[in-house]
Amino acid sequence: MNIAQGSEKMKEGTSGIFQKKILLEAFKGSFSRLDPIKLLNNPVMLIVEIVALIATLLTIKDIFGGTSVSFDLQITIWLWFTVLFANFAEAIAESQGKARAESLKQTRSEAKAKQILDNGSITEVSALSLKKNDIVLITEGEVIPSDGDIIEGTALVDESAITGESAPVVRESGGDKCGVTGGTKLLSGTIKVKITVDPGHTFLDNMISMVESAKRQKTPNEQALELLLIGLSVLFLAVVITLRAFSSYMGISISIPILIALLVCLMPTTIGALLPAIGIAGMDRLLQHNVIALSGRAVEAAGDVSVVLLDKTGTITLGNRMATEFIPAAGIGYKDLIEVSLMSSLADETPEGRSIVKLAKRELDIHGRDIHAPENSHFVPFTPETRMSGVDIGSRRIRKGSASAIEDFVRSNGGNVSTEMQNMIRDVSTKGDTPLVVADDTGILGVIRLKDIVKKGINERLLQLRNMGIKSIMITGDNQLTAASIAAEAGVDDFAAEAKPETKLAMIRKYQSGDNQYLVAMIGDGTNDAPALAQADVAVAMSAGTSAAREAANMVDLDSSPSKLLDIVEIGKEILITRGALTTFSIANDVAKYFAIIPAIFSVAYPQLGILNIMGLSTPSSAVLSAVIFNAIVIPLLIPLALRGVKYRSTSSVSQLLSMNILIYGVGGLIIPFAGIKLIDIIITLSGAAGG
Amino acid sequence: MFIFLFLLLTIVLSIPIGRYMSKVFEGQRTFMTPLLSPIERFIYRLIQVDEKEEMNWKKYAYSLIVFNLISIASLFLLQLLQGILPLNPRGLSGVRWDTALNTAISFVTNTNWQSYAGETTMSYLTQMLGLAVQNFVSAAVGIATILVFIRGFTRKNTDNLGNFWVDMTRSVLYILLPLSIILSIILVSQGVVQTFNSYAIVQTLEGSTQTIPLGPAASQVAIKMLGSNGGGFFNANSAHPFENPNSITNFFETLSILLLPMSLVFAFGYMVRNFKQGIAIFSVMMILLLMGLGVALWSESQTNPLMQKLGISDGNLEGKEIRFGVAESVLWSVATTAVSNGGVNSMHDSTMPLTGLVYLFNMGTGEVIFGGLGVGLAGMLFYVILTMFIAGLMIGRTPEFLGKKLGPEEMKMALVPLILPPAAILIFSAIALSIPEGLAGINNPGSHGLSEILYAYFSALANNGSAFAGLSANTVFYNLTTGLGILIGRFATIIPAIAIAGSLSQKGKVPVNSASFPTTGPLFVIMVTAVIIIIGALTYFPIFALGPGLEHLLMLGR
Repeated sequence: MNIAQGSEKMKEGTSGIFQKKILLEAFKGSFSRLDPIKLLNNPVMLIVEIVALIATLLTIKDIFGGTSVSFDLQITIWLWFTVLFANFAEAIAESQGKARAESLKQTRSEAKAKQILDNGSITEVSALSLKKNDIVLITEGEVIPSDGDIIEGTALVDESAITGESAPVVRESGGDKCGVTGGTKLLSGTIKVKITVDPGHTFLDNMISMVESAKRQKTPNEQALELLLIGLSVLFLAVVITLRAFSSYMGISISIPILIALLVCLMPTTIGALLPAIGIAGMDRLLQHNVIALSGRAVEAAGDVSVVLLDKTGTITLGNRMATEFIPAAGIGYKDLIEVSLMSSLADETPEGRSIVKLAKRELDIHGRDIHAPENSHFVPFTPETRMSGVDIGSRRIRKGSASAIEDFVRSNGGNVSTEMQNMIRDVSTKGDTPLVVADDTGILGVIRLKDIVKKGINERLLQLRNMGIKSIMITGDNQLTAASIAAEAGVDDFAAEAKPETKLAMIRKYQSGDNQYLVAMIGDGTNDAPALAQADVAVAMSAGTSAAREAANMVDLDSSPSKLLDIVEIGKEILITRGALTTFSIANDVAKYFAIIPAIFSVAYPQLGILNIMGLSTPSSAVLSAVIFNAIVIPLLIPLALRGVKYRSTSSVSQLLSMNILIYGVGGLIIPFAGIKLIDIIITLSGAAGG
Repeated sequence: MFIFLFLLLTIVLSIPIGRYMSKVFEGQRTFMTPLLSPIERFIYRLIQVDEKEEMNWKKYAYSLIVFNLISIASLFLLQLLQGILPLNPRGLSGVRWDTALNTAISFVTNTNWQSYAGETTMSYLTQMLGLAVQNFVSAAVGIATILVFIRGFTRKNTDNLGNFWVDMTRSVLYILLPLSIILSIILVSQGVVQTFNSYAIVQTLEGSTQTIPLGPAASQVAIKMLGSNGGGFFNANSAHPFENPNSITNFFETLSILLLPMSLVFAFGYMVRNFKQGIAIFSVMMILLLMGLGVALWSESQTNPLMQKLGISDGNLEGKEIRFGVAESVLWSVATTAVSNGGVNSMHDSTMPLTGLVYLFNMGTGEVIFGGLGVGLAGMLFYVILTMFIAGLMIGRTPEFLGKKLGPEEMKMALVPLILPPAAILIFSAIALSIPEGLAGINNPGSHGLSEILYAYFSALANNGSAFAGLSANTVFYNLTTGLGILIGRFATIIPAIAIAGSLSQKGKVPVNSASFPTTGPLFVIMVTAVIIIIGALTYFPIFALGPGLEHLLMLGR
């Protein structure tokens, strides 16, 4: 899946937040979460629940005592709403993952598997009983019973059950595309698969438990933030408890429900309520990008990454080289070279071959498919031994291949390679391109320039990375020259040429342990990537990759799209920004609440302090009530923001980003509650609700 | 204009001193090395300390606590036994146990809260061997604290945080001692007394006799000002003509309140190899100082409406020395409350309510506006850590400062000094207002009485030591509660600072680049300032409204 499709999916997901069924689920969830044991996870809301309970008991006592309870009752109700709203936020965030898990469960196969026993006989067993190292036979149309690596055969697999992507993918034994996932369907071919996991630990199982698990481990940053929120709550608890002593010294008596109202307003309930939702929603957003995070810690680390390792092929360049120029040898006509190249490539189905045909047609100005190989022609495919391909037309042998292979071919025909020709070949190489030399029995006819084509838009994305302060490093097996040329064209910060499998691991170690400790992200698929994946801080394995790679990684990209790393980093940052923004907002809100409640408490005894009532709230009870109501309803109002996340604008510098967020959430957080509380006060006064 | 020039001069002086300090603490050669290093080596031999030995945070904290406990115990005993010890020309008897305990705690912790009157309580020996010595070493303990904190940021992948005894020795020998000698000489030249003779008895014009207390004051005044101590030789502190006779001594004494705390901020910048960071933090402190100064100056230049009715209109001169006037008194008081010095040259009880509010706020934020030597900057760094947690996330990275990631451990340790002292202020004050022992100390009822009690605990918890002077605090209740408060205020800052350094130094450094939070820019300064004001305001809003706020409104007769 490409990036455009990804964002398409995301839109679907966002609008899906408010689907009826999910809302209903979340509604139920917000009540079941009132269980104090469940709330232990969220200490701030636990305190709110406890004081709400105290307020309830006091109100009940007053009802039987015959005193007027209308005001206390309203406060109590809104305190409960505060807890419910917080529960609702968490429930709705979780419901999205749950919905996904449900659909995954349906695909978990109950199918039988054909196990090949050690003696070679085949028995039918339940898919759920397959263990590590079992070998199974899978034929066309069957569902793959469990995760494993293909040890024999080639297969076309429909992975839509897991990735949602309908286009089938090729998997084959050997190489880095041998992994198959339980629950996917074999469309064609017959394969033998060696199972790599034990029952209950398949990818599908992990995915389901990951997305639906309520017992999510808190990330270090969440823990730290929670400590902050608890600390502030304790401080405000001290403020509120001692306030009774101070005011009674001054001859003012304050009722307990009002003290409770003040406490709840001061405590950072907004961020306390939304903190779990932000984290869960972040994982959900990754899921919408078809990335499964196997640890929340890794998602957080993604925001901190400062070095990313990118494979050249597939990430920075399109997978294949393309022909861009024909360079005839001395004495050979330009059109002659093109025609010969065209003939030799007509039957060549490799991407390079097709690109030669395409370029030749354009240069000769031929359209359509009105070109056919001559009657007596015979295609000679590429073999590792000859390292050439070509065509025999009658007795004429036309060959194209790497410079050294063609030189051998020419020499074996008794020909010679002129220095002029050698220069031309070197010239192409020094520009970082690959020379494909064309020859026939008479000698070299010319050179086709094959160019690695840099992906469209990669420049912008790398620039974004640079703006985020992330260093991009391209890893390639190409020689220094080719690598340098591509690196310059794509705009990566650094590159490692002639990289061996262990280069990545060495590089990650170097960056992690140097004078500065960088957090390194990488994406990998092959078994030989596994050690590097295990070492990297953010390690994304492609789901098409080997199971060794998937095991070593902390995230799996279901689309196997190498540029996913950039999305992951962005989501990681968005989670952190959202947390910071809502914390700032929550604390800034307190100022206005003080200006609502303190004059209300004190001005009865000391009318002079009415001067603090800068909002001009109508009565003391309406003022307290308005503050409590504002404090409660700001939670559901901010749920969409918590789920969607604060957008990360990578085009701006860090200072711009910061000042913008401070302006919106800091200054906004100071001002908005003044307006909000005033508005609620007007509504209350008009409806005459605060008759306490 | 006077104030502007004064501040400018202080800043100009404190930059080179900061540079000098950073060199001393990094063990580099300075122009004082040839003179002092033989003495330094001699001291190490004497106390059997290996200069090169490094301590981890636990060992460092342990050494510091043991040192403080021994200091408290010996100072306590010295006071109890001063009646039978030499250098006691007035024949003063031993100090009452609770006063002695309070005083011992107070001087060892650099607080110098004085519930007693110096000239009628303490012998010369106690003043010099006990109080003056503590004036030096308690300041050095503060400096040692910030040194460890800084090392937490500058060192990586190590447990080693320096050597407590080396840090103490260098602070006293290279910094506090030379500067206080210079200041003493200036003060003596201007008439501050320095004698071992007994009190002078003179015949007054009316013919009766009057006892004029004397003593070795100048040497103690110097370190009292420089070391953010503030404990006066005489009861009237620096309002006393023998401690602070004229405008020149007042100028130098005010300057020395601010000098070393400011220098330490610059030294911090040098030591973390990021001078701009030092300037950014300096700016936060300066903004807060100027804000308080502005409010206080405005408020004190008003004439109390009650006095106006009597035809007086020269600003609020009640409780001020005429030789200093409004501006010099206010500058001093804002500085002394901001810097946790606690020395006074005017009567804070007699200031206008809003001025009192400024003084309370300066202390209530935990003395981070330059603050006490070392601990003030440490407190500010706690606020910085808090700010990075609240706002630092908004750039999309987990919080970090000076290349160190801030995790749950740092948050936990930063919360102790930010939350425990304010909570303790509120709780102690609430207790005092609820029981007869507490209420008995109040001189004025109503809002002003509330302010008097609040001031006492603000001053104790902030380790300031200045007094509002309205409260009769030399009672068992107040001596014990303020003593406990002082201990909480002091060690809830020092221990977390050392512990945080222990956690930070073990971490590696993350690169600081264009994607990091710009901690040297104006946004950082604004954010930290806002966090300090908002957290302070949220904590104290109700009591400030009831105390100084209400008093102000009542005074205006609204």
